[in-house]
Amino acid sequence: MSGHSTYEPRTGVEKWLERRLPIVRLMHDTAVSYPTPRNLNYFWTFGAILVFMLVVQILTGVVLAMHYAANSAVAFQSVEAIMRDVNWGWLLRYMHANGASMFFIAVFIHMFKAMYYGSYKEPRELLWILGVIILLLMMATAFMGYVLPWGQMSFWGATVITNFFTAIPLVGEPIQTLLIGGFAVDNATLNRFFSLHYLLPFMIFGVVILHIWALHVSGQNNPLGIDTKSEKDTVPFTPYATLKDVFALVVFCLFFGWFLFFQPNYLGHPDNYIQANPLVTPAHIVPEWYFLPFYAILRAITFDIGPINSKLGGVIAMFGSIAILVFLPWLDTSKVRSARFRPLFKIFFWVFAITCVMLGWLGSRPAEGGYVLAAQLFTAYYFAHFLIVLPLLGFLETPKPLPTSITDAVLAKNGGHAHPVGAAASPEKH
Amino acid sequence: MANTASPADPTRRDFLYLTTGAMGVVGTAAALWPFIDQMNPDASTRALASIEVDIGAIEPGQSITVQWRGKPVFIRNRTPEEIEAAKSVPLAELRDPLARNDNAAADADASDANRATDGMENILVMVGVCTHLGCIPLGQQGEYGGWFCPCHGSHYDTAGRIRKGPAPENMHVPVYTFVNDTRLRIG
Ligand code: HEM
Ligand code: FES
Repeated sequence: MSGHSTYEPRTGVEKWLERRLPIVRLMHDTAVSYPTPRNLNYFWTFGAILVFMLVVQILTGVVLAMHYAANSAVAFQSVEAIMRDVNWGWLLRYMHANGASMFFIAVFIHMFKAMYYGSYKEPRELLWILGVIILLLMMATAFMGYVLPWGQMSFWGATVITNFFTAIPLVGEPIQTLLIGGFAVDNATLNRFFSLHYLLPFMIFGVVILHIWALHVSGQNNPLGIDTKSEKDTVPFTPYATLKDVFALVVFCLFFGWFLFFQPNYLGHPDNYIQANPLVTPAHIVPEWYFLPFYAILRAITFDIGPINSKLGGVIAMFGSIAILVFLPWLDTSKVRSARFRPLFKIFFWVFAITCVMLGWLGSRPAEGGYVLAAQLFTAYYFAHFLIVLPLLGFLETPKPLPTSITDAVLAKNGGHAHPVGAAASPEKH
Repeated sequence: MANTASPADPTRRDFLYLTTGAMGVVGTAAALWPFIDQMNPDASTRALASIEVDIGAIEPGQSITVQWRGKPVFIRNRTPEEIEAAKSVPLAELRDPLARNDNAAADADASDANRATDGMENILVMVGVCTHLGCIPLGQQGEYGGWFCPCHGSHYDTAGRIRKGPAPENMHVPVYTFVNDTRLRIG
């Protein structure tokens, strides 16, 4: 797919660079001449949206850090000062706080797209796994960022999450003490979380580069899930993908802007405007919305499983729900990528998607009565989807016939006339 | 560089390679350790403080919370009914069979007697941290009249023993001594 480079250095500067550091060629091959399948839909714009959100978080974060003070005595006040005293501080902080939510909305859509169109299958397994690593790093970053304002939810969220580690037999407690640097979450915890919250986004940036590199080796998947076979199946990245990405970005920014300017605290929690108090736990501890499905899975394990007590069981289930994604390329036994040609998978995909949404909702409910039972059922189904449904479907399902090529499918849909402007205008030969 | 020894024969050079490599590994590990250990509690946190608390003013049925090593400690003056309720529970019904009392043997059973001190059994002292994920349970609440943890719904009885919900252990009893009838030293 990556093919040979079509770049020709023209100006003197380009020629000078070409012999020393062919960076212009790299940019040209990645973002201009790179061939993208001609049938990509708008779900494929979320990659660009994610890169944009990472940049937004880093830019706003770096300027927030100029005013923020990572000390438990003053952290809360320094964030309030950002909101009231710092020029444009309210805007920068709301961009950063809501930006984290937008980042997760985009990453979830991006992942469900990959699942629907089978983008994790051969030869894109590693690309998918790098994505799972990015998700994990994002979760760690967002968790530590949420501790920084040192409100009640910050403090108790940090307490609950770092206590996960005490579930591990023998070494659990020393590990937890090492992580928080004391016998309870305190100033030492806040300081190191700030240091790591600053560092991790740059590590994400590094993994994103690997992710894009892997993408450009295997090529993009597409809604049909079949390989591109000839140049006719593709269009150059610029202008086709670039402009489509920019348009999608503008629409996404409208969505972001609506939260930012009209509902800046809708996705947050009012308890986080109360300064951290180590002697009072809020009545309901709820994590940020993007952690809710995982939180529901954690709380669903209220029973002991053999030698594993409920606490360790919950932590294993929660981490397992993400770890299992790593094995998805091998758990799905079907060779057909796109759900368009997998009538049964299509149904189970939506059942799975609803399961995830329901888990999210249950994560926001108190852990009592019917909610617990419901969370247990959906947790069981979450794992069954990966461990039972997907492996079996590959054998039981009869896929629909695949089109011979992307171009054929596109032309059939458009009555055999349309061809993309700019693609080779030769008559279709078979 | 002619070398007549067969590949199976370790040469002087092989020996040097291996020992250099081994020293390198040890050296790297030694250099890494300060980077990890700096995260552990520092000297000021470790300086194990003990505190003294006046418990004379706690009426039966009341409890107070004090802070010790950054954690809350519950001191509850239990009513005779609460003690009776805790005593009447058959041990087989308890989810965690161990006393978790730093003043008793590590394998002591979770009977009410092992949770409190002989002669002062109305006074129950516990680290007020839910053994699930570390929230602070609310006193005088829950299905067993002891404590209820709102975070994920753990119920503790009037001896602070876990009875229902995701928490795996009874709340921990720290080391403490009675200085006199109204003063308690924790730590
Ligand atoms: C992956 C990218 C990032 C994500 C997902 C993220 C997420 C978050 C979140 C959720 C908060 C809490 C916001 C609130 O409720 O107040 C936060 C706070 C903060 N972040 Fe980030 N962050 C990212 C990158 C960065 C970077 C690169 C810096 C650079 C120093 C940074 C600096 C800060 C600071 C100083 C705060 C505390 C001020 C505040 O609470 O608004 N962040 N971050
Ligand atoms: S922390 Fe108390 S029930 Fe989870």
